[in-house]
Amino acid sequence: MTMRTPLRPLARILKARAHGENPDLIERENLARRHEAMRERTHSRAAARLGLLAVAFGAFYLTIGIRMGHLAASEPSEPVASAPGAEIVAQRADITDRNGRILATNMTTQALYAHPKVMVDPKGSAQKLAAIFPELDAAVLERRFTDGRSFIWIRKVLSPEQVQLVHEIGDPGLLFGPREMRLYPNGTLAAHVLGGYAFGAEGVHSAEVIGTAGIEKAMDARLRDPAQGGEPLTLSIDLTVQATVEELLGAAITALNAKGGAVIMMDVRSGEIIAMASAPTFDPNDRPVPLVSKDAEASDSPLFNRAVQGVYELGSTFKIFAVAQAMELGLVNPQTMVDANAPMIWGKHKIKEFEGHNYGPLLSVTDVITKSSNVGTAHIALMIGPLRQQAFLKSLGLFDPTPLELIEAPGAKPLIPRKWPEIVTITTSYGHGMSASPMHLAAAYAAIANGGIYVKPTLLKQSGPARGTRVMSEEVARESRKMLRRVVTDGTASLGEVPGYEVAGKTGTADKPKKSGGYYKDKVINTFAAMFPASDPRYVLIVTLDEPVDTSGPKPKRTAGWTSVPVAAEMIRRIAPILGLRPQLELPDRSTLTAAGN
Amino acid sequence: MRPVLYVLTFLAVIALGFWAYRENYATQASLRDVRHLQGEIANLREALSVQRAEWAYLNRPDRLRELAGLNFDRLGLLPMEPGQFGTAAQVAYPVPEIPAIIGPVDVIGDISAVEDTAADQAETIAAQAAEQGL
Repeated sequence: MTMRTPLRPLARILKARAHGENPDLIERENLARRHEAMRERTHSRAAARLGLLAVAFGAFYLTIGIRMGHLAASEPSEPVASAPGAEIVAQRADITDRNGRILATNMTTQALYAHPKVMVDPKGSAQKLAAIFPELDAAVLERRFTDGRSFIWIRKVLSPEQVQLVHEIGDPGLLFGPREMRLYPNGTLAAHVLGGYAFGAEGVHSAEVIGTAGIEKAMDARLRDPAQGGEPLTLSIDLTVQATVEELLGAAITALNAKGGAVIMMDVRSGEIIAMASAPTFDPNDRPVPLVSKDAEASDSPLFNRAVQGVYELGSTFKIFAVAQAMELGLVNPQTMVDANAPMIWGKHKIKEFEGHNYGPLLSVTDVITKSSNVGTAHIALMIGPLRQQAFLKSLGLFDPTPLELIEAPGAKPLIPRKWPEIVTITTSYGHGMSASPMHLAAAYAAIANGGIYVKPTLLKQSGPARGTRVMSEEVARESRKMLRRVVTDGTASLGEVPGYEVAGKTGTADKPKKSGGYYKDKVINTFAAMFPASDPRYVLIVTLDEPVDTSGPKPKRTAGWTSVPVAAEMIRRIAPILGLRPQLELPDRSTLTAAGN
Repeated sequence: MRPVLYVLTFLAVIALGFWAYRENYATQASLRDVRHLQGEIANLREALSVQRAEWAYLNRPDRLRELAGLNFDRLGLLPMEPGQFGTAAQVAYPVPEIPAIIGPVDVIGDISAVEDTAADQAETIAAQAAEQGL
């Protein structure tokens, strides 16, 4: 620290005074010097601070830069010291049924690839590989081993036994990479719901597993979400019910010589699909290739999901919609007599009853449903009119694709006539002219069963009854159910009676349309739409059979009453106890027997 | 005083260095352990998933149905039927237990005289007991 110079040093002042100079000048000069020194000091301090700040910032950004460079250049690794459970458990979440039984899971296997440039004996290895895997061709393999490439995939998944056999070849150019594959332990069960899988982008250390159809594809993002990898996707399907349904459907198709069939079982309150089957079926573990030939119908492929993609004219099952709407609008009540004089002439069209019957001249609305009168339904539909009819069918979801969680569902749009003249009103009322899938029918019948509230069908497990939109009053729904119950007790579905379960339902027999126009005489689609128990329905069951024929009698029978109905009845008899539905049976009183035993 | 402080500081530095050295190796050993354990967990998880898949495979409805058919003689399993439901009222009440006989009384005499009812019998026994002066 320098000595502080006084502003008015006495010696200089006196000297200046002696010379007659102004002593204030000295003071100012000193003051100026002092200010100069202070300025210097402040400046240098500020400069030093700025420098320090620059160094600090520099170090800070350098650290970040080095860290970023390091992260970019280094291999990613899992944090070692983290808590357990933080790591990704599975590449793809499991799929389970509503009770937690596994429908789809993952398994680690090995993929086989080759580095031909390090192979010792390409020819011998090719022959040995072809001996292990019959689908490989030794000549092709040998050519690929020797044409100069340095990497070849040979097989995507290998069983442990096959891995051992390849090890025994002992060629250093044959290498294995871990592969997580999808496994459907139940085989063909619920195949159309699950769909299938394929490998996406493949690397040596892992490969993407992507869904190719069904719920695997529709929920692909959810299944592949690492955050939910440990949590299985729980479906609404009940494995036991599904197995029973598939067993009975397969038996029915064999017995009735049918081309195929579909069954849907739906919980009317929550909209959950308890079982959904389509036959013929396939094994999702070994998904067949889709048919490619031009003249092949899509429905010929086992991959075709008849329950969702099969858009058919569903026949008389539609009649209850016309009747329910007429009751809702107050046009008729169950006892109203309507004109049922067959045949009915409308313009150039002639509307006939089954086998040329005439149930007329007048028939009560209940009997129109019980006897399945086309003419009676046609007259009721004409009372309603085309616009109101379309609005009602739309509210039942029959005009739009079903919102089901399957990749196939949005593509299955019902076939609706573009124009809606009165003849379409008439034909639609008894299920011809417009086509919908069995899934549409299930959802629409569930609305009647659920007291008039339409609930969207879903394949995911729900926690309770779903909110829906009211499409008809509770009273109308109850009256409709009474009529459907009459169909089983006194009408066309008499074989559908299951003691204790009050089955209600409506049959539908629709002739198959020809590709060239018109209808086949001896090819039918038979549908039975049922609900049980009628007094308080819990489930809706739809059974559709494609070209069934009952040849047990002297004359082949092709009506739904002889084909789909007994199948549905057997299903209800077997399934209802599994679902814990108690039959309303009058059992022999066993307590008297026990008392006698004592 | 000051040299003592120096020596103590020096010793403290050596001690801390030794401690840090040991901690370093202990940490590395722990990390190795954790890595090993995580590998083990991954292996066990894989084994678990394989076993779950196998369980599901062995319990597939087709196979169970076949097994139930094969072992029908022993198990007699049939599909569930509506008739198998019962009500609580159908369950018989348990047979009331007869209380143990604590103080048996020897009765000598003509039994045919006291054959009417259980109540009579009890009365008679009581009377006889009184006669015997018990």
